[in-house]
Amino acid sequence: MPYLGGEETVRELRRALSNPNVQSDQLRYRNTILKVIRAMSQGVDMSGLFSEMVKACATVDVVQKKLVYVFLCSYAALNPELSLLVINTLRKDCQDPNPMVRSLALRNMTNLRLPSLVEYVEQPLAAGLRDRAACVRRVAVLGWAKLHNLQASSEIDAAVVNELYSLLRDPDPVVMVNCLRALEEILKDEGGVAINKPITHHLLNRLKECDIWGQCQVLRVLQRYRPQSEDELFDILSLLDASLVSPHPPIMAATLSLFLSLCSGQPAVSLAALERVRGPLLAACGSGSREMRFTALCHIQLLLRSIPGLMGAHYKRFFCGYAEPAYIKQRKMQVLVELVNDENVAMLLDELKGYCTDVNAETAQAAITAIGRIGRSYSDRCLEILTGLLGLKQDHITSAVVQTMRDLVWVCPQCSDTVCFALEGCEETLQDSQGRQALLWLLGVYGERVSSAPYTLEVFIDGVRSEASLGVKMELLTATMRLFLCRPAETQDMLGRLLHYCIEEETDMCVRDQALLYYRLLHCGIEETRKVLQGRRSDPSLGVLIGRPAEPVSQWARSFNTLEPLRQGSIETESVSRGSPEHTMFDPKPNADLSNTLDCSRIEKVHSDGDGRCSDSSADILASSVAAPLSLSLFPALSPEEFERLWLQQLALHAEQGNEMEKGYIVNNTSQRFSLSRSFPFIGQDLWLTRARRPAEKDEEAGKEDFVWMEECVRCPTIPRCSPQSLQAAMQLVNIQTLAFTPPQTLPWRVYLYTHTCLDDAPHSTLILGELLYTGEEPQKAEVHKGSADGGVGAEGIEDEQARQGMEATADGGQEAVKVTLRQQPRDDKALKGFLSILTTVLHTLSSERA
Amino acid sequence: MISQIFILSSKGDHLIYKDFRGESGGDAVGVFYEKVTALTGDQPPVVMSHKGLHFVHVRQGGLYWVATTTADSSPFTIIEFLNRLSALVKDYCGSLSEKSVQMNFALIYELLDEAVDYGYIQTTSSDVLKNFIQTEAVSSRPFSLFDLSNVGLFGAETQQSKVAPSSAATRPIQSSREQGGKSEIFVDVIERMSVVIGSNGMLMKADVEGEIRVKCYLPNCSEMRIGLNEEFSIGKSQLRGYGAAVRVDEVSFHQMVRLDEFDSHRILRLCPSQGEQMVMQYQLSDDLPSAPPFRLFPTIERDSGGRLLMYLKLRCDLPPKSAAINVAATIPVPKGSLSLSQELSSPDQSAELKPQSRAVVWKIPRFTGGMQLSALFKLEVPGLSSASLLEVGPVGLSFELPKLTATGLQIRFLRLSPVQPGPSQRWVRFINITDLNIFTERSFS
Repeated sequence: MPYLGGEETVRELRRALSNPNVQSDQLRYRNTILKVIRAMSQGVDMSGLFSEMVKACATVDVVQKKLVYVFLCSYAALNPELSLLVINTLRKDCQDPNPMVRSLALRNMTNLRLPSLVEYVEQPLAAGLRDRAACVRRVAVLGWAKLHNLQASSEIDAAVVNELYSLLRDPDPVVMVNCLRALEEILKDEGGVAINKPITHHLLNRLKECDIWGQCQVLRVLQRYRPQSEDELFDILSLLDASLVSPHPPIMAATLSLFLSLCSGQPAVSLAALERVRGPLLAACGSGSREMRFTALCHIQLLLRSIPGLMGAHYKRFFCGYAEPAYIKQRKMQVLVELVNDENVAMLLDELKGYCTDVNAETAQAAITAIGRIGRSYSDRCLEILTGLLGLKQDHITSAVVQTMRDLVWVCPQCSDTVCFALEGCEETLQDSQGRQALLWLLGVYGERVSSAPYTLEVFIDGVRSEASLGVKMELLTATMRLFLCRPAETQDMLGRLLHYCIEEETDMCVRDQALLYYRLLHCGIEETRKVLQGRRSDPSLGVLIGRPAEPVSQWARSFNTLEPLRQGSIETESVSRGSPEHTMFDPKPNADLSNTLDCSRIEKVHSDGDGRCSDSSADILASSVAAPLSLSLFPALSPEEFERLWLQQLALHAEQGNEMEKGYIVNNTSQRFSLSRSFPFIGQDLWLTRARRPAEKDEEAGKEDFVWMEECVRCPTIPRCSPQSLQAAMQLVNIQTLAFTPPQTLPWRVYLYTHTCLDDAPHSTLILGELLYTGEEPQKAEVHKGSADGGVGAEGIEDEQARQGMEATADGGQEAVKVTLRQQPRDDKALKGFLSILTTVLHTLSSERA
Repeated sequence: MISQIFILSSKGDHLIYKDFRGESGGDAVGVFYEKVTALTGDQPPVVMSHKGLHFVHVRQGGLYWVATTTADSSPFTIIEFLNRLSALVKDYCGSLSEKSVQMNFALIYELLDEAVDYGYIQTTSSDVLKNFIQTEAVSSRPFSLFDLSNVGLFGAETQQSKVAPSSAATRPIQSSREQGGKSEIFVDVIERMSVVIGSNGMLMKADVEGEIRVKCYLPNCSEMRIGLNEEFSIGKSQLRGYGAAVRVDEVSFHQMVRLDEFDSHRILRLCPSQGEQMVMQYQLSDDLPSAPPFRLFPTIERDSGGRLLMYLKLRCDLPPKSAAINVAATIPVPKGSLSLSQELSSPDQSAELKPQSRAVVWKIPRFTGGMQLSALFKLEVPGLSSASLLEVGPVGLSFELPKLTATGLQIRFLRLSPVQPGPSQRWVRFINITDLNIFTERSFS
């Protein structure tokens, strides 16, 4: 901060400092120096006083010495020549009988940060390592690290390194920890201090002597250690158990980090450690310091990614306090959404309802969004709350509610009646563009059910000239077009006016292009327009996605106890917090004691007696697959987004015979199934998607032979009725990861899954993606369905085609069959067949259990 | 690893700046202040980054305590350290404020110099640090008439001097040497209670977080023994003593506490170092031994003139001998409330409408047990609809209960050994800070 009259102050202080009367009076001298330091920390440039301050350094008054050193260390880099003068005083101080003076001199000698002084510093530093007083040794050890960083290019003196290693046995724990720190810096190029068995055991034994900062440092360095045997590993773990539940959050976090890195090969132990740490983490969530509370909350979110049910019983600890800052409240709500289950949903919603009227608009909106998320599983209760909130007639609340309803309707189409009813009259209170866009989208899609829709749109169209938001204009165009298709008489006139304005007067290119597109589309005839505009309104078949399955700990273990989790914005956590009741109730224990790869010979035996129930086509596969032992593995894990991308490549290749327009639909519709978000519902986006993807597809075609794709039918009629949890658990038992489900009893029923195969004699592993599809329809019904599909022809057509193929293949095996579509990369027939046999065994086992 | 530490006032004035590693540019302070003031409400402020510079900060005493660091350092460690640093500064300077930091900047530089070297935390124990710190604290206590009130007529000691003044514990720990400060020790039992009561009077959530803090001004104290009540039991199943058990869910102790007599006699043994330290922390949730100290009976309706009428009856269920002080009830009211007219039952109470926080705050300085107070608020709300009633509530109550703990934890005795030579004073204080939320009846009708 610039300080008025800075130069004046410098001049005055210089006069005072060089005044012999002041110099002779210790108290006055010290006060003048105090003034210099004060001005310095306020940001005034005091470098002009350097030579006066160098003189002030030679004194017996320790306080004055310290003050002068603060000054010198700040400005030494600007005056390297003058700094040489200080060195003499400092070196003399290094011989002082008082250890405090010695350590002070040594510390500041190294803090001057001048490469030219290195030769004068080395000798006192070397003497410092052998000093009697621990406080001098502490400083000297770190001094070598500072020295090394000053001249990073120079050779490392092996003698010093050896001496530092030997000082790891110093009786003073701080010296020991400082040695670790110094060696880490000096040996950075070699990967830091060597962590071998004797050093590790020495450090672990002395851990208790250190204070919390030292313990954190030691625990951190030990992360590099790899125990030589399982016994040693468990010895270390039990030694560290007390630190894991330490009341000091830094130690608890550092210990957990160490646990996770030591047990990276033992997922069951890692999960047990997470459970153990629950208590201390919850305590940190109630800490007096709000920053500490926030940190703990962010890390709890990490833990929940692997054990969604971890905090289920403690949901009350995440209720917001009245006086808490907004950023803590929002994190707590994100956690709360993940903890919902049948038992606590009433309490949770009641609590969230209270936050919706928070004074802080952002908190209120976050609460409304949270209710919307819970609404995916408990739609009735949540819609009741949301509708009630509309009655408040406050713009920020109404806007958030309308947006939430839009998102909810996309996932849960059964809510649309309530939403349509609630929409009446909202437009008066809506102010911001986001809320109005959401309202327009809803009016466009459900226009025929909202009686006042044309009047609402007319108000918007009359005001379009003064409309500032681009998004609102685009949305208005699409909504008016859609409404025109279902209520032409009421809408025709205003649509004409809107198109005229947008084409003739609008200055923005995007809006004008879109209006032109619609105008030309209308020229092609009403049926064409309808085909383009009335695509899927939502995807009821995949209505409720059971959020993503529990991630393996290794996904986030690296970022635990770093700044990373605290920095993630709400976008990142948004995708994580796909809460659902099944998810939180899922008990992680069944798969906790499984190793990553599981030899499947056990399963091979199982299915030999289930052979008779298999359909013919899979029976011969089974016969051929017994030869080579096959193991499946979940690692590296595949995110839903990656899965979607790979699956789409496959679909696009498979549908080559279809025309390009259809391809666009496939791409878009399938992506909606997974991402569940639809920011641009209008058709222009679909076209762009196709265009953007086409070059990529061409590239893929070159390596097409690397993929293989296979369809099979398995007779197991009860599978689509079994619960998602048991299916997921069963699949995980043989290391197949399920990514998405439709809820049981819905049709068509789908499951997406993946795994990696690893044949003993094959050179590399392959990735298998799969889809289970159960339509439950009679073949002739599927034909009828195909005929009646008018919107989204492409996607429907393909699905029906697949379904029909499925039916044909099982014509002899009966109607109730689950169609399995598999995609493998790279191609390896043997592995694929082996996988199929495992999968069918699982399905058969499951369906026999059900039956 | 910490690269820089600086302390800023809330207005952005540089108070303290120390660069430990000389790696990052000097403009970090300006960058930080720009970023922290530009944050919108929903962005978490604790960690911010700018071009490879990572700021971690806490707010204590109205000041920003900032550390810059690398991305892979532990946030728990840095936040704990910043909190500890501010506690140290408070111990050494007496109080934590912009003024005290400004007056004692030399002392704080000295502290920082000893506590952190080359970005590595060396020690934060005040026992170790006191050997190194040479600068005297300058305390900024203004002259106050209250200091005179302890002196009775003709200098006689009055009754009041037997109660420690509330400012007694806010003085620097080191001044005792020359200024002949009293050798005193304070043991504070602080319980933070947060209670939520549903509209039907049911207890929905109750959490108590308690701690025992020792603030020590004794120059040399070898051992101290704190006796808790014998009935103190931990966990759901344990039962001790004869009377009603004093139960807590979880307890954790400072590492210097020796617990050899804890299991048999509930005695904590420790050698306190100078300054303030947390001896014991405990938690209790959902299972309060006593009923919540207040009950609220609200009636909310609209009158014919379109005004909102709130009739609140508040009853204090404490035993008649004790009293709650500084009671403040916060009643959220509908947005756009214009004016408030009030009828309160006694003149020392007050109520006002705070438009920016959209709430009516009703303050009662002292509330004796067994009493019942009532208040009638009439609010002018333009465009009042039945849905506006949704915005009323929940009512938040905050108060302090002196000499009373929610868990029933008591301190039986406090013994120091060896017996202090000069006159020493021991103070035990109980502070109960409560955040009580009472839901009012809400309906959509």
